[in-house]
Amino acid sequence: MNNVSTGERLKVKKESSWIADNIVTLIFVAFTIFGFMVSDGVTMNFFLTELSSRFFRNAFLVLSLIIPVVAGLGLNFGIVVGAMSGQIAIAIIRYFNLGGISGLMLTFLLAFPISALFGYFTGVLYNKTRGQEMIASLIVGYFANGIYQFLFLFAVGVIIKVPATHPMIKPDGVGIRMTVDLVPVEDGGLKYALDSIMEIPFMWAVLIVAAAVLLLQLIRLAKNAKNPVFSTNKKRMTYINIASCLIIAGICAQAILTNSSLMMVRKVPVVNALLIIALCVFNELILRTKLGQDFRSVGQSQHIAEVSGINVDRTRIIATIMSTVLAAWGQIMYLQNMGTLNTYNAHTQIGMFSVASLLVGGASTQKANLKHAIIGTVLFNSMFIMSPEIGQSLFGNALLGEYFRTFMVYGVIGLALGLHVWRTNKKGKITLD
Amino acid sequence: MSDNLLSLKHVSKEYSGNRVLKDINIELKKGEIHALIGENGAGKSTLMNILFGMPVIHTTGGFEGKIEIDGQEAHIKSPHDAMNYGIGMVHQEFMLIPGFTITENIKLNREITRQNPVSTVFGKRLESLDFKAMNEDARRALDTLDMNIDEYLPVAGLPVGHMQFIEIAREIDKTGIKILVFDEPTAVLAESEAKNLLDAIRKLSQKGIGILFISHRLDEIVDVADKVTVLRDGEHVATKDIKDTNKFEIAQLMVGRKISIDRSEGPNKNSSDEIILSIKDLNVAMPGERVKGINLEVKKGEIVGIGGLAGQGKLGLANGLMGIYPSSGEITFNEKTLSLNDPEAAIKSGLAFVSEDRKGIGLLLDESIELNIAFSAMQINNDFLNKLGPFRFRDSGKIRSHADKMIKDLDIRCTSPLQRVGRLSGGNQQKVCVARALTLNPTLLMVSEPTRGIDIGAKKLVLDLLKQLNTEYGMTIVMTSSELAELRAISDRIVIVCEGKVEGVLPPDAPDAEFGLMMSGSKSHAEGSEA
Repeated sequence: MNNVSTGERLKVKKESSWIADNIVTLIFVAFTIFGFMVSDGVTMNFFLTELSSRFFRNAFLVLSLIIPVVAGLGLNFGIVVGAMSGQIAIAIIRYFNLGGISGLMLTFLLAFPISALFGYFTGVLYNKTRGQEMIASLIVGYFANGIYQFLFLFAVGVIIKVPATHPMIKPDGVGIRMTVDLVPVEDGGLKYALDSIMEIPFMWAVLIVAAAVLLLQLIRLAKNAKNPVFSTNKKRMTYINIASCLIIAGICAQAILTNSSLMMVRKVPVVNALLIIALCVFNELILRTKLGQDFRSVGQSQHIAEVSGINVDRTRIIATIMSTVLAAWGQIMYLQNMGTLNTYNAHTQIGMFSVASLLVGGASTQKANLKHAIIGTVLFNSMFIMSPEIGQSLFGNALLGEYFRTFMVYGVIGLALGLHVWRTNKKGKITLD
Repeated sequence: MSDNLLSLKHVSKEYSGNRVLKDINIELKKGEIHALIGENGAGKSTLMNILFGMPVIHTTGGFEGKIEIDGQEAHIKSPHDAMNYGIGMVHQEFMLIPGFTITENIKLNREITRQNPVSTVFGKRLESLDFKAMNEDARRALDTLDMNIDEYLPVAGLPVGHMQFIEIAREIDKTGIKILVFDEPTAVLAESEAKNLLDAIRKLSQKGIGILFISHRLDEIVDVADKVTVLRDGEHVATKDIKDTNKFEIAQLMVGRKISIDRSEGPNKNSSDEIILSIKDLNVAMPGERVKGINLEVKKGEIVGIGGLAGQGKLGLANGLMGIYPSSGEITFNEKTLSLNDPEAAIKSGLAFVSEDRKGIGLLLDESIELNIAFSAMQINNDFLNKLGPFRFRDSGKIRSHADKMIKDLDIRCTSPLQRVGRLSGGNQQKVCVARALTLNPTLLMVSEPTRGIDIGAKKLVLDLLKQLNTEYGMTIVMTSSELAELRAISDRIVIVCEGKVEGVLPPDAPDAEFGLMMSGSKSHAEGSEA
């Protein structure tokens, strides 16, 4: 009795079309390719240099968004709170003129309790605004911005006494300057503190990554050869991945051997890259623990999780804290690369841009993984690089491209949310059969 | 000291002065299948909530009496306590996460974990999951139930019968499970699936698990149970060994004699032979009340009662005709074909509906009585409106005078026609609903659960009103109700709906047992009268 053949069961699924699921990603790929076609000024060299530096700046922040999505909190615009915590830590470190690698470590350490505390409060708020977490997260960002400004514009100087002569304090002795120079690491500052530890040529980095991915794919293939769940479809994808890895590795090897112009691309910060990889591994591993399974249970159905005895509120708070702390660290990585702290603006767009990146990668409000974050960061930043070029070559005005950026960012978020609502409605629709 | 696995002793419960359970005694032995039967509102779910320590019981003042497990008094304060005492429950609506695999669902929040370096520092919650061990456990539980399905498949897309079994597998996978409660387990299953389930239940009982089996399907109970307890209106009516009883007796006990609303006259005074509404193969996708092919003819001037247990589809009939839920079928009303899925067309054709969901779709609670009465007529028939160029204005004078008339005719107790409907009592709200339906000048009035949530005195008034509409104005009425007594009080004939179909039609004065058997879908109700 009760015997349904496995193959039959697997065939039944797949009702939604691939294009509809990946529409946002496809738009961005098309846009980037279109950019290359119309603008002749962009060399591969310039593009890759820009892309790699932007990628290493933003990837960590985008990755910090995955856990809340898995835990059913949706897109956590509240990482802005984390970013502010990171900036508070940086401001303290900068004030005491600390720097270098040890100074950076201290910044990370200092950011942890600050962001964990704010993450806790944010999590409590999300539990009170159940079902409206995304709107709550947007508003909490604006609200926190108010507190942040109060702290940096008023409290520093009036409540906390500081010398007016300090380079980061405004000349009247009250508040922190609009822009604070983080001082290059050679002079004992934070600028490039992480990036400068070790750098390798771009093509070598790509070669190493391609080789690593190739190895992983081969291991996966060997391991799953006998597993019946490993469908032919997945197997085909693995072969495609292996092939593309080989091609990329080939291009790299050719560039290295012939020392072509691609070798001129800006060098890659190794430690930065390692940290991003570490976060990816962390995200994967956490989902394989009891806590990760609870995240997933709560994300899929709060009611069922509650009935099964999982402490839903606590689990959601933990997810929010994790996201906020990771965002704080991400913001520190971002700023050490920028070199200046744009005190009142640096964090404001972080939530929007990171969320948009994740969505571009193919994530939705209910589903997000590492692949979405990485692909999304690459594509979203490609759009950022290309849009002024397109504006320049099509309309003779780079500024038009700037407007286009804004349009794309909010358009993507709107489209993703709209698609989500549309799909839920479609699912919830009552039909006769 | 008895050999009882579970005994409920003198259990009573009241919700804010309203006694819903009175002195219930149930004993369950090892390996026994004990069936629990009763109409809707008989107290079955409250009893189970008590057994499971659901928060709703303790936030409303707890209960009286005591629960003993293995002869020891048990204090069950939360579902978690219940689990520790070895009580498991197979829910009516599945507690399964569709995106998870079968294993993950079976092991939900009871995952097997392994220590890892991180967890030794940061605690148990960071231990890694041992999928291999989990899969093995899941396999074992599934094998106990003779399920050949692979444990690593996702639950989404499985047939409902399988989902039910996964729920059971989850319960028996729990260590030390002693008592298993099945809450209407076969309600959503097809016949062959239900048979499999009953086999599985028998098998579990042979392993020494005590089983409480809640069902309203008499055939199943007689088939599978060892003992049966009948509840009615929160009272313990009887507990019998299955071998000493039969389904006719159980049916009779279940329906029983209630405080009857007196029936003053015999049926059928002014109904003609003219068929006003003919329904052929009506299907309605109303969630929880699906209609699966109803055929029915209503004669002009009669009151037809529609009865049946909750969830069987009796409410779906009227909702489907009015176009509130997607439906299909062939409907002829007043010699014209009625187009389905179109509320406006339904109302225009002369149907009017007083919904069972009074506060949800019946009334605009924050608006005045007069506006509520006139609202549908303004929308549909353009009554009570003054035209001025492209604009249409409310004709307040006309609305007021009509409302005043209705308030007087239907005896709506209110301070003024401007009073907010939300402030009225349930009975008066119901009258406003009826007034609005009458304002549409319908040929046929459909009323669903007209006495739900209103007190006993008001019930009589509402029923009298319906009766009066029928006798004085010759209005055809289709009344749907869960309360058999009120159907019997005013209907000319009673249609019993079971599993989305018409199970049979009975005269209002048919014996209790016949109603009981029909409502529980027992196949041999034809012989009912002989028992």
